[in-house]
Amino acid sequence: MTKLVDIRNLRVEATTDAGRRIEIIKGVDLDIAKGEIVALIGESGSGKTTIALTLMGHTRPGCRISGGTVLVDGKDMAALPERERAALRGCEVAYVPQSAAAAFNPSQTIMDQVIEVTQIHGSMPRDKARQRAIELFKALSLPSPDTIGGRYPHQVSGGQLQRLAAAMALIGDPKLVIFDEPTTALDVTTQIDVLKAFKSVMKSGGIAGVYVSHDLAVVAQIADRIVVLKGGEVQEEGRTQAILATPAHPYTQELLAAFEPKETQFAAAPAEKARPLLEVENVISGYGVVQSDGLPLVKAVRSVNLSVEKGRNLGIIGESGCGKSTLARSIAGILPASAGNIIFNGHELDYAARRRTHDQLREMQIVFQYADTALNPAKPIEEILGRPLTFYHGLKGQARSARVDALLDMVRLPKSLRHRHPSELSGGQKQRVNFARALAADPRLIICDEITSALDTVVAGAVIELLKELQRELDLSYIFISHDLSVVEAICDEVMVMYRGEKVEHLTREDIASPRHPYSKLLFASVPKLDPTWLDNLVLEPELVRQYGGA
Amino acid sequence: MNADIASMIGKRLGLSALTLLIVSFAVFVATNLLPGDTATILLGQAATPEAVAGLRQAMHLDDPAVFRFLRWLAGAVTGDFGTSYANNMPIATLIAGRFVNTMELAGLTAVIAVPLALTLGITAAVLRGTLYDRIVAVLTIGVISVPEFVVASTAVLLFAVYLKWLPAISFVNEVHSLTDLLRMYAMPVVTLTFVVSAQIIRMTRAAVIETLSMPYVEMALLKGASRSRIVLRHALPNSLGPIVNALALSLSYLIGGVIIIETIFNYPGIAKLMVDAVATRDLPLIQTCALIFCLGYLILITIADIIAILSNPRLR
Repeated sequence: MTKLVDIRNLRVEATTDAGRRIEIIKGVDLDIAKGEIVALIGESGSGKTTIALTLMGHTRPGCRISGGTVLVDGKDMAALPERERAALRGCEVAYVPQSAAAAFNPSQTIMDQVIEVTQIHGSMPRDKARQRAIELFKALSLPSPDTIGGRYPHQVSGGQLQRLAAAMALIGDPKLVIFDEPTTALDVTTQIDVLKAFKSVMKSGGIAGVYVSHDLAVVAQIADRIVVLKGGEVQEEGRTQAILATPAHPYTQELLAAFEPKETQFAAAPAEKARPLLEVENVISGYGVVQSDGLPLVKAVRSVNLSVEKGRNLGIIGESGCGKSTLARSIAGILPASAGNIIFNGHELDYAARRRTHDQLREMQIVFQYADTALNPAKPIEEILGRPLTFYHGLKGQARSARVDALLDMVRLPKSLRHRHPSELSGGQKQRVNFARALAADPRLIICDEITSALDTVVAGAVIELLKELQRELDLSYIFISHDLSVVEAICDEVMVMYRGEKVEHLTREDIASPRHPYSKLLFASVPKLDPTWLDNLVLEPELVRQYGGA
Repeated sequence: MNADIASMIGKRLGLSALTLLIVSFAVFVATNLLPGDTATILLGQAATPEAVAGLRQAMHLDDPAVFRFLRWLAGAVTGDFGTSYANNMPIATLIAGRFVNTMELAGLTAVIAVPLALTLGITAAVLRGTLYDRIVAVLTIGVISVPEFVVASTAVLLFAVYLKWLPAISFVNEVHSLTDLLRMYAMPVVTLTFVVSAQIIRMTRAAVIETLSMPYVEMALLKGASRSRIVLRHALPNSLGPIVNALALSLSYLIGGVIIIETIFNYPGIAKLMVDAVATRDLPLIQTCALIFCLGYLILITIADIIAILSNPRLR
């Protein structure tokens, strides 16, 4: 096979706000043959997107290519003048962005944007480009391919937009397509369709690809070769099979280990049926104008029951928009429920948090997905952790300071971090602080809303381990909300599956492998496995997909 | 879809009408709070109490304020704005000529200031961080910081007093040729352009920079689009909302806020008429002027809102 891409000793420099220059890509070599799909895998900040973008001669603002060559089909993208690079973008090398929803211009129709490449480069007359786009829509199995182009980006779903973004990349007949985490923002059930569509189009066109991702299981389905990156350097590279079977580098092993089911001791089901810590009965909640029956216009949660035993964990799983976060917010009282009962520790709770007692508030805490937005960026860590200590326990001065140290210690963070601001911490550290703030209240129940979703696999694994340890030490219960089955499986005694605001199935650890409800079956079957043949062999009942599938 | 837009725009227009009503009432109340009695002022200090009482009676000044407001409102709706207290002329005639003058000055300024400011704002955003951007930033901040009367007085001093190129004050009646017209308008228009452009430049620059950082702009770059295509096709349509609002705010200043310029250059516009009316307690005239300013402002803001709605497919 002939080489299409030949990157030698690539270096990229970033200028920090303070004007300091740091090297973020430190001498990377990479080859891609014609028609080959290579995955760049690594945690956030490992430089995978930066490397992929240099293939188009592009660096994000503040960065520049400071050394090395990036040969694409014999032309050095690092050295070409901007005008010549622009002439190659979209024709030779095309890009599929991480969030198609943000990468489509909201004020133009989809068709105009899909065929824009052909207009810029004058490669096709307008009518021909439209026909070609419609062919691509069909190939990517988009619904109503003849008319979807006339819509605006906000009128189609996320999974469809992601495929439309692929059509936008493929229309210029590129030799190389860069996929920048194209399925990260999608639900697993939608992800399957998108992955299948990408794979078949790439294979049938013999197009080479760079697939940037942090998800090894997704990459295993689509890539011929995997390059593992960390800190701007290549750690390991090899055929997909080889990397998965015999990872040589410790970091690769760590990534793979995150997929191993961990043997953990789960608390035995209580012999005697004690009163559950939390009981939720027929809760209805939602958004919009209250109707004449006292219920909101849009019901995000439709009559859900659940209970959490003391010292045990309940997982809530479902696709985005299924009402799992709304349920959590209603239990916590942030979004008052419209009907039903919430009984905590034997006492009925008021729907609204502001009418609950101080102790009721203290005993139930909620931790949000994005630590970045949940932590006040203007306050140092000690202030962030100190506030709930003063609010709930009236701690001041020395006592408060000692407790802040203890909390940092509990979440395995060094005490020296207490004077820092959130912006000076890594993603995993911020999420630990976010969790420590909930611990400051001495709660009995912590509602964790997607707290590992924004973290890299390895970091997320460590946070889950921490949660388990703390549970043993502090006798906590968790409600663990996630769209990621493997995370929920790792920590929960019981799992509840939600679909369109309703609880469709309740599973215990014993029957988690064999769900009965058709939606649970589809959801569980859609979680990618490390096995590279998984996607090709996957047969989902068409009836199930039609009824519950995404898009 | 179209019915939705129509109802949205209809609602917007209804709100404008309501605002106008509230403002006219507020203006009525405020003018009634002005110290001094119209009849006394009109008749002078030496007037006998009987004469004052008679005049008050004739002018309905003794009626309750609400009646006077309603009477005035009923007249205004039918186009009769009443009669000036000070010189007994119909308000409409009094204002008509002045209104044309004001619109001429405002229109001329807008024609020059808007394209200039938009060009400077957009180019500064595209060339962000360059020397050009910094020069534009320093100049706009400088213009914002210097009060307009300083700009105007300096211009008069320089061009009229020392260089003697331009007339210091504007006499609309003495305009006989295009050169005269240009000479008369040069200084007021340039001064107003200074004042109005600075805000537009800054707002436009900010709005365009905001959209230039959007992922779809990077996407356009990665499609191979040229810089002008990126700005004109992808960034500008999405920053239109904030830009037209900034334009509307700045231009509304040209209708009512130009009193200083009109005074310095002795330009016979509405703002000057209103200030003179305050001096003579000419309530109907004050009210009508205030109403015109409010109407101008509302029209501009409503147009801006409608453009913003039409330019956004999510609202459309």
